[in-house]
Amino acid sequence: MEENTNKHNSRREFLQKMGLIASGTIMGGAAMYAGFKFEKAKKTESKIKALSAEHQLIEVDGHHPVQDKLTELQMQGREGLKGRRWVMVIDLAKCRNARQCMKACQGAHDLRPEQHHINVLQMQDSENTAPYFMPKPCQHCDNPPCVSVCPVDATFKRDDGIVLIDNERCIGCRFCVAACPYSARIFHWHEPLKNQEYEENKERYSQLIAEGNTQEAEELEKKVTYDVELNVPQRKGTISKCLFSADRLRVGKLPYCVSACPNGVYYFGDENEDAVTNGTTKETVQLSALLRDNAGYRLMEDLGTKPRVYYLPPKNRLFPFPEESLTNTEQHS
Amino acid sequence: MDSTLPVDAQKSALKKIIDDVARNIGINKKFHAWMGFLTLLLFVCLYAYYIQLRDGLGVAGIRDYVSWGMYIANFVFFVASSLIGMLITAVLGLSGVKWITPVARIAEIIAIGFAAVAGLVIVSDMGRPERLVYVFIYGRIQSPILWDVTVVTTYVLISLILLYLPLIPDLKILSRNPMLPKWLQKTYELLSINWKGTNEQYQLLHKAIKIMSVLIVPVALAIHTVTSWLFASTSRVGWDSTIFGPYFVTGAFVAGTAFLIIAMYFFRKNYKLHDYLTDFHFDKLGKLLVLVSLVYLYFNINEFLVPAYKLKAHDAVHLKALFSGHHAPMFWSVQLFGLLIPIVLMLFKKFRKPLPLMLISLFVVIGSWFKRYLIVVPTQEHPFLPIQNVPENFKLYQPTLIETAITVASFVLVLMIITVLSKAFPIITIWETAHEKGIHEPEKLSIDKAE
Repeated sequence: MEENTNKHNSRREFLQKMGLIASGTIMGGAAMYAGFKFEKAKKTESKIKALSAEHQLIEVDGHHPVQDKLTELQMQGREGLKGRRWVMVIDLAKCRNARQCMKACQGAHDLRPEQHHINVLQMQDSENTAPYFMPKPCQHCDNPPCVSVCPVDATFKRDDGIVLIDNERCIGCRFCVAACPYSARIFHWHEPLKNQEYEENKERYSQLIAEGNTQEAEELEKKVTYDVELNVPQRKGTISKCLFSADRLRVGKLPYCVSACPNGVYYFGDENEDAVTNGTTKETVQLSALLRDNAGYRLMEDLGTKPRVYYLPPKNRLFPFPEESLTNTEQHS
Repeated sequence: MDSTLPVDAQKSALKKIIDDVARNIGINKKFHAWMGFLTLLLFVCLYAYYIQLRDGLGVAGIRDYVSWGMYIANFVFFVASSLIGMLITAVLGLSGVKWITPVARIAEIIAIGFAAVAGLVIVSDMGRPERLVYVFIYGRIQSPILWDVTVVTTYVLISLILLYLPLIPDLKILSRNPMLPKWLQKTYELLSINWKGTNEQYQLLHKAIKIMSVLIVPVALAIHTVTSWLFASTSRVGWDSTIFGPYFVTGAFVAGTAFLIIAMYFFRKNYKLHDYLTDFHFDKLGKLLVLVSLVYLYFNINEFLVPAYKLKAHDAVHLKALFSGHHAPMFWSVQLFGLLIPIVLMLFKKFRKPLPLMLISLFVVIGSWFKRYLIVVPTQEHPFLPIQNVPENFKLYQPTLIETAITVASFVLVLMIITVLSKAFPIITIWETAHEKGIHEPEKLSIDKAE
C-alpha cells in the first residue's frame, strides 16, 4: 500500500517536473524566437539620420512597423520631408482679423464655416492690457500630447516637425481632442462638406475603370484617393486638424493660410536653414534674428509641449482694435 | 457546537436552503414580463444607435470643444460600479469578514454586468466603431486607452472566474435537484467538472479563490485608476490632478456599494430571500457605505477646496461654473443628496433598515452618475483658449434624446446580464451558507436526498 502511494507520488512528481520543463522550454523557445525575429527585423531596417528638436544628429529607424499596409500617399505622408524642420512665426502686431487665412484653409480642406484648422481669436490677456487678434493653427508641438494619447497611431509626428492625422486609421475616440491644450482639433460629427461629391467621383471612377477608360480614370484618381498631407477627402467620424499644408510644402509652396494673408502676418520656413519667408511680402528673414529682435514667444510654454509656432507680441499694432469686439466672454477671463 | 448537528437536522436545514435558492432558478412569468420589457426598451434604444451610426456622432450633443459627453461619463460610472465585486470578494473576503457570504455572488454578478457593458459604452462613443479592431492591430502602448482595454478585459475575466469558482460545489449540489429541468441539471453536472466535495477538492477550491481574490485587487485598482488617467493625463483644468486615481477608486466604492444595496433589496423581495439577506446584512452594508462615502467626501474636499483656495486663473473659471455657474444646481445636488445627507442619515440605525437604506442608496447611485457627468463635461467647456467663431451649441454641452436613449440601452444591458445570471445560477451560495450552518458535505446530503 505504502509502496503504491510512493509510486503514485513519484509518478506525479515526475509528471509535474516534465510539465515544468516542457512549459519552460516552450516559453524559452518563444522568447528566443521573438528575440531572433526582432534582431532580424532590426537589421533589415534602414537607419536614417535626422536632426532632433535639440539640434542633435540622431539615427532613427527608417521603417516603422505600422507602415505596413499603407498606401503610397499615406507612407509618404508619414515620412515627412527629409532634413526639414518646419516652423511658423505669427506677427500679432499685423493681424487685423481679415480672416483670409481661415477662408483659404477651409477651402483647401473642404471644411464647413464652423470648422477651423486655423481660427483667428480675439484675445485680451487681462483687464488693462490691450486686446489683439491671434490666429491659432495647430502648434505642431515637438512634445505633442495628442500623439502620446492616440491609441492607434492615427496621429503622428513626422521627422520634419509636422503633426499629421491619418483619417483612414482614426477610430474617432477623440482622446487627442481632450489632450490638446490649444483646442486645435476638430471632429467630423456629420458627413463632411464635400462628401457627396466625393462619393459621386468614387462611383464614376470605378465605372471608368470597369469601362477600361484609363485616361479619364487617371485624371479622377487624385480626387478619390485619400491624401494624408491634405487630409482630403475628409471622413465622417474622424479627426481633422491643421497640417501646416504638408501637401504644399512637398511641392515647394508656402501653406494656404500663409499665402492668403493680405497683411504680412505669417512667416513660414525651415528651422534648420534658420530662415522664414513672409507669405505676403515674400521677404525671407533670419528666423533667430526675427524671434530675438521681436521677443518672439510660444503659447503656454509652461505645459512643456514645445510648439513649432512662434508668436511676435502685438506691440505697435498696425490697426486699432474695434471697441465693440472686445473679448468679454464668460468662457475665458 | 454546530458540528454536533444530527444528520437528519442537517438534511432538513440543507433542504430548506436548496429549496429557497433553487426556487428562483429558471424561467417564470415574472422573468418573461421583466425581460420582455427590457428587450423592448433595448430595441427602441438600439434604433437610436442605428441613427447615430447612420448620421454620425453629431446626433449626440457633443461637439468640437465638449467632445466627451454623456457616453464617457457613463463609461466612468460603469467602471466605477463594477469595482464592487473586488471590494466585497477581495477586500472584505480576504480580511475574513463573515457576513459577505450571501452577498458576494450578487456583488460579483454586478461587477461582471457593469464591466462587460463598459466596453460597449466606449464603442458607442467611437466615431468609427467598425475600426475597433485597429486598437488591437495598431495599438500603441503609450496610450492610456490601451491600458484601459487591457485591464478592463482582465477584470472581466478574473471576475468571471471569481463567479465560477464558488459556483462549482453549488452546481454539483443542484445537479440532481428535481425542481430544475433536466437540461439544466445536465448543464450543471457538466459545469461542476466532476466535483465531489472531498477535503482535497475543498482545499484546492479555497486556495484558488484566495489566489484570484488577491489577483483581482491590483487589477480592480488599475481599471479605475487608468480610467481616471484618461483625464488626469491631460493638462486640462479640472482634470490635471494628482489625486484622480484614488479619487475615482473611492468614488467607485460609493457607487458600487449603493448599487449592491439596491440589487440586494430587489433580490430579497422578489426572490424571497429574507432569511439570507437579513436586516443584519443591510445594516452592515449601510455602515460600509458610510465609511466609503466619508473617504470619498474627504477626496472631494481635497479636489475642490485646494484649487478654490488658490483660484488660479483657469481654475477660477472652472470652479465658478461648478460652485455658482450653470453647473451649480447639479453640483450642489450631487454633493448634498448624493453624499452629505446620505452619510448623515446612515449614521442612524433606523436608516440602515432595508427599505430606507435602499432609498438612500438610490440617491447615492443617481448622485454618483451625475458626479461623473460633472467630472467629464464642465472641464471641456473651459479650455485654455477662448471658444470663438463657432455656433452656440459648440460652447455649452446639451445632451440629446438620442444619446440619452443609447445610454439607457447600456443600463438595460446591465440589468439583462444581472437578471439572466441571477436566473441561471443560484444567487446565494449554497455550500458556504450550509457550511456556516454546520452542515457538512452538502454535496453528499443533497444527492442522498434526490435518491
